[in-house]
Amino acid sequence: MLKAFENGADGVMVVGCLEGDCHYLSGNIRAKARVQRVSAILGRIGLGAERIHMYNLSAGEGSKFAAFANEFVEKIREMGQSPINAARLKVPEQSAGGER
Amino acid sequence: MITGTPKPIEEILEMLEPYDKIIVAGCYGCVTVCRVGGEKEVQVLASTLRLAREAAGRKITIKEISLERQCDPEYIEQMRGYVQDYQAVLSIACGAGIQFLAEKYTTTPLLPGINTGFLGVTERQGEWAERCQGCGDCVLHLTGGICPVTRCAKSLFHGPCGGSVQGHCEVGKDVPCGWQLIIDRLKALDQMDNYTKLKPYKGWNTSRDGGPRRIVREDMI
Repeated sequence: MLKAFENGADGVMVVGCLEGDCHYLSGNIRAKARVQRVSAILGRIGLGAERIHMYNLSAGEGSKFAAFANEFVEKIREMGQSPINAARLKVPEQSAGGER
Repeated sequence: MITGTPKPIEEILEMLEPYDKIIVAGCYGCVTVCRVGGEKEVQVLASTLRLAREAAGRKITIKEISLERQCDPEYIEQMRGYVQDYQAVLSIACGAGIQFLAEKYTTTPLLPGINTGFLGVTERQGEWAERCQGCGDCVLHLTGGICPVTRCAKSLFHGPCGGSVQGHCEVGKDVPCGWQLIIDRLKALDQMDNYTKLKPYKGWNTSRDGGPRRIVREDMI
């Protein structure tokens, strides 16, 4: 999730199964906890905790998915560019990130 | 295991202020098990630092590594070939590992990324509790497997003090009285006679009172 922001995402939408209905039993609950942790990190380093959000829906809810996607994209547009991308525009460099 | 908690990111960023090229070093030992200093935590911390620094307009280059154990010299040696190419090492191992790294790489600043906690157990996912203070003179065979040094806030050896109320310690409502636990266990084991076998006083010479301790096993040298 953090890598997505390093790679230039202004926002990250995480989508999981409905709670209690996950093929991996508690996978979506654990994912929710991770999203919360990443959200807290983003808040503390000044990127904005709201730039990541988790939605839960079933595979059969295509229209709901589209509505969530539109809602999230609109929210990120209102927030504007991530400070990372703003900094990159000021100082253009070849690539993001460091060594692995 | 040795437990720990992450340092606040603000504190780490302040420590890293003078540096632009660092190593973030994790450890596959205890800190991996308690989810504070393993490979995954190295990745998350490095990513967080890169994002924070780039947002502040000053990028940082980070090499991410995890050693099998930072408390054993043969694993620390694995960094020998490249450590001099970096301005500092941010270690998220326990305090022992960080200090051992510092001893081996004397010209590179070593920075702590976690606050080391205690010798403890995983009571449930995300919750650890202290069980041993390494006093060097174990009496668990007399106390029903419950440590009076650790579980009693005063490390008493003669039963509960006057601050024990309905099984709770006076230091906090959520803290069970260590001696109540011991007596309950001894009763359950029908070993209350052990209560009288405890030493009249405990010699603390095997504990921290004599300064930093050392174990020398002649049979292994």
